[in-house]
This record gives sequence, C-alpha cells and structure tokens, in this order.
Amino acid sequence: MAATQVIRSEWTKIRSVASTVWTLSLAVVVTIALGMLISALSKNEFDNMDRRDQLSFDPTFISFAGMTLGQLAMIVFGVLVVSNEYSTGMIRTSLAAVPRRGTFLFSKIAVATGLALVVGMATSFVAFFLGQAMLGEHKAAIGDPGVLRAVIGGGLYMTLIAMFSMGVAAMLRSPMLSLGILMPFFFLISNILGNVGATEKIGRYLPDQAGSKIMQVVTPVDDDTPYGPWGGLGIMLLWVIAALAGGYVLLKRRDA
Amino acid sequence: MIEAVGLTKRYGDKTAVYNLSFQVRPGAVTGFLGPNGSGKSTTMRMILGLDNPTAGNVTIGGYPYRKLPNAPRQVGALLDAKAVHGGRAARSHLLSLAQLSGIPARRVDEVLGVVGLQDVARKRSKGFSLGMGQRLGIAAALLGDPQVLLFDEPVNGLDPEGILWVRNLMKSLAAEGRTVFVSSHLMSEMALTADHLIVIGRGQLLADMSVKDFIAANSAGFARVRTPDTEPQLREKLAGALTEAGGHVLPEQDGALRVTGLPLPRISDIAHDSDVRLWELSPHQASLEEAYMRMTQGAVDYRSTTDQKAGLMQQLPPGAQPPMPVPGQGQPGWYAPPPPEQGGQGPYGAPGAPAATPGAGVPNPYAAQAPQAPQPPAQPPAAPPQAPAQPPAAPATASAPAAPTKPEDAR
Repeated sequence: MAATQVIRSEWTKIRSVASTVWTLSLAVVVTIALGMLISALSKNEFDNMDRRDQLSFDPTFISFAGMTLGQLAMIVFGVLVVSNEYSTGMIRTSLAAVPRRGTFLFSKIAVATGLALVVGMATSFVAFFLGQAMLGEHKAAIGDPGVLRAVIGGGLYMTLIAMFSMGVAAMLRSPMLSLGILMPFFFLISNILGNVGATEKIGRYLPDQAGSKIMQVVTPVDDDTPYGPWGGLGIMLLWVIAALAGGYVLLKRRDA
Repeated sequence: MIEAVGLTKRYGDKTAVYNLSFQVRPGAVTGFLGPNGSGKSTTMRMILGLDNPTAGNVTIGGYPYRKLPNAPRQVGALLDAKAVHGGRAARSHLLSLAQLSGIPARRVDEVLGVVGLQDVARKRSKGFSLGMGQRLGIAAALLGDPQVLLFDEPVNGLDPEGILWVRNLMKSLAAEGRTVFVSSHLMSEMALTADHLIVIGRGQLLADMSVKDFIAANSAGFARVRTPDTEPQLREKLAGALTEAGGHVLPEQDGALRVTGLPLPRISDIAHDSDVRLWELSPHQASLEEAYMRMTQGAVDYRSTTDQKAGLMQQLPPGAQPPMPVPGQGQPGWYAPPPPEQGGQGPYGAPGAPAATPGAGVPNPYAAQAPQAPQPPAQPPAAPPQAPAQPPAAPATASAPAAPTKPEDAR
C-alpha cells in the first residue's frame, strides 16, 4: 500500500472534523491576541523598568508571549488528531484497512504536522509583526540579527509541540489522560521547575523551555544556559522523537 | 478462505479464546455463534490482525492479515458500527477509507446507495440511529468489493426490513462465490441466513457443521402426553410405566408429560397396557433456538438471576397469591432435555419418520423394542442445573416448574 494513499485518506479525515478548525484557530487567535496585549503593556512599562531589565529587553520574544497559552491549543490539536481514533473506535477500522501500522501512524502524523507547520509559521509571523506594531519605538525589525531565526523558530516550536502531543497521545490513547498530563505539565510544572532555583537546571531541559530558546534574540543578563537557540530546539526535537518512537513501538506491539 | 489453527488468546489470566481451529469456505454464509463474551469478537479481531494471538494463527487466503497484499481490497469487515468519528459526515468517513486502498470516490456514492444512506451522506454520523450506523458499517465493508467479508453482529439495531435486507445481502454475496463470515448470538437469525455454523462457548469450539446437520443432531423431538386432568393418579402411573420402559419423562407446566426416548406407538401401547386413557399424544420438535441454548448452556458467562426485589416488594393483600414467575426467568436449565444420543436417529422412530438423518448406520435406539436404558446425555447441563448464582433465599415457587412449556415451533 502506497503511503500517498494513506496520506490522502488522513487528509480527508483531518479536514472533515470540526475539532481541527477549532483547535488551530484558537491557537492562532490566542497567540496573536495575547502577544499583542503583552507587547502593548510592555511598551508602557518600559520606562518604569530597572536598568537590567531594559538591557535584556527582547522585543521579538515579547511578541511571542501569547505562545504560552496558544501552545495549549496546539497540544489539544495534536492530542485529538491521534486519540480521536481511539476514543471513537475508528482505530480498528483504520488498522483493518492499513495493516502496516507504521505507515498508518506516520502518515497521520505527517499530515497533522504539515498542517501544524503551516498554521504555526503563519501565526509566528503575524504575531511578530503585530506585536512589533504594538511595541512602537522599542520594536525590532525582521532584518535585525537573529530575528528572522526567532520568528521561523516560533513556527517550528508550535509544530514540535503539536508533534510531541501526538506522540504522547499515541502512547496513552485516551484523550482525557493525554490532555490531563500534557496541560498541567506545560502550563504549570514546567514553569515551576524553571523558576525555582533548585530545579532550574533540570527545568531547562524540558521540551518547551529548551525549545523556546529559539525565539530569544537578546540573551538575558547573566544567562548560563549551556545551549544556544538551535541547541535548544535540538533538545526539543529529541523529546519529540522519543515520544513518537514510544507511540510507534506501543502501537506496533499492542492489540488495537 | 479463512483458516484458524489452534487459535488462543489470553488477556492476563482470562482465556478469551482457547485452541480454536476452523475453516470458513468461500461460496457460503458461515454463521459464528456463541453467547455474549464467548470470544466471537476477539476471534474476529484476531482474523483482522488487530489482536495478536497468544498461540496459534489465523490466515486469509494463506496470508496472516498483516502480511496480506492490498488487504482492504480483499477483506471487508464490520466490527463495531459505533466505531466512527461522530463529527465526521458519513461520506467523508467512507471517503477516507476508500482513499486508503485507492478506491475512487465514485464507489463511495455507490455503496451509500447500496445501503440506503444516500440522503444522509453529508450528515454527521453522530445523529445516526443504531440501524443507520450498522448500514454505514456495512457500506464500509463493501467498499473494496472484497472476496472475504466479516460481519460482527450486523443485524443489531436494524428494523425488520433491514434484517431482511442484510439476510439477502449475505446470501447474495455468498452466491457470488465470496467468503462470508457472520457472527451473531441469535440462533433464529442464523438458521435463516447461514449455510454453515461454527458455535463457540467460553472461547472453545462447540460445533462446526452445516445448519442441516446441526438441526438434525441437536433439535431433539419429544412427545407430549396428557392424561385426564380429573384423575391425577393416572398421570403418576403412566409416568412410572414410561420410565420403566426406558423413557425420559419430564412434567410440563400445564400438567402434561414430555417424553423422550420412546416412539409414539410404544407410548400408546404402554398407556394401553397400564390402563391409562390419553387426552393427548402428539409429536413435537424442540426449536433450534432451544437446541442452541442447550448446547451453550454450560458455556454462558452472563446469566440472569431471579430478581428478588428485596425491600421493594409491596405487602400483598391478605389472601392474594404471589404471581407465578415467568418460565425461564432466573432458572438455568429449563431447556428441553438433550437428545439421548448425539447424532441419533429420527426423533420418535415411528414408522414413516424421516429417515434421511445423519448416522443412519447407527442402530436406532428409539425404534428398538427392547427396553433400553437411555444413554446418559453427553452434554453436562442435562442434569438438574447447578445454578451458579441462585441465592439461598430463592422463593419456593421458583423451583416448582422444572421444565415449563416452551413454544415448540421447530425453527
């Protein structure tokens, strides 16, 4: 069976359910709107900041502030794409039609990833330009060193978050369980680990913290992170590969 | 052709299917029967490569399913009609399946027409009734015009018109030379649809034979004998004489006797000899449903018990009789007795009884004039039932009608 057939089928599946449109548009709207809001607030606050904060003021990164919430919608998208098959029982029909389970899983992930990449990249660019417009005189230009890398990186970051969620959902199968683990993990635990001194060194190897490094243009003062922007994205990619490999191995082995 | 050899599946310490071997041949509808939880669906899933067998193997056309080239064009299956994303339109659902095996979109509209869903093709399947869901599942199975078709409980939730349609569909698919494997727990339905039966209970094979043979081997005939109601002692007298002559006598609810193991003329002779008048002496055939239930009786996992309604019963007005329980409710083992000998001869052995029964070479135990003790039945549940969950405080009335009447329409 040709993988292109499976990919076409997965494309039909993904565009024929409402949840795709809802989760992706929520990710776009939240990321952009929240980014604009925080950019506007930062502009007004700039003069009240102390010298240190002003030095490490990163207009590019601030315009991506909406991603902390927007990524949650991406997580929901990734989880639903995979776990819908399980929660509806469709997985049996699908696997009966595609007995090669690797082809099935990776075609599904490829289609969803492609969609997430397009949406994530567009969101990232729009969030950047609108955010900069809000920042007024403190804005960065797309031609500034490292800025284009950060904006493209923002799109990649959203895509990788969705992929990571797909891998986790493929392992856990249940949408409730997957969301119940991923949501608090990215929204709370990662932040707590990253902001408490004792666990900071562990926290920065978590996928979201390592990955978001790519969106930084100005390095904070006395930053001792042992990896650069691409290194951070690489760490995130390793997480994604691990999650997808786990999902594949489990799908291959267990009864559908 | 589907072939299973020594198929075994364990989930933890529960054995769902044990050492199952059978063949499903093309050109016939093969019914797959068994009570709830007997392992039918597990077997179906193993055939489709969804579950891995713990031991043994199952192949379709010589290949294990996961190795089958272009599987969706060769095998179509309806496993669970509800296994559809409710938010997806019926047509999109089928289209996604069609695209998997390179089937053109035109075919999707064709099968939607075949199952009669063309008007709701673009509606979300969430709003479908159970019967419409079944039709959608059947459409999915037909998509690839496959040679091998598996249907798990296809008539669940269908209206009578739909049931008839499915029945005819199965038959016509088989007539085209395809392999059709249909699971059901409804013997009556299978008796009308299937040519061949595979019966399992608790994951083990109970029978693998043609429907004709199954009927001949399992639906025992019996005689109903009624003595004058006005003289109950005559009934006791006749029952004694019949038992002595080697018959098997069970009382029926309305006071008649159900006699097996003796031909009708002989019963008449015995009655005459013991000076008992008869009000009724009639031949009966136990229904196939009954035969099936008797066969699977020992293998039923989920059985109802009598509803005690403890603490919910209203006080009966003084003098009122508690209602008689409906026969069969919460009383396992109320089925007709098994044929005294597996594969035995025509039911009553009366002259002119149908002779074309299997095992014609075996001496007919019924026709033999010598008083022959009936063979102990091969099936365990013939003896008084060991009610698995009969509460100790069962009302006395529950055990009174030991073998109540059953409508005995053969099929």
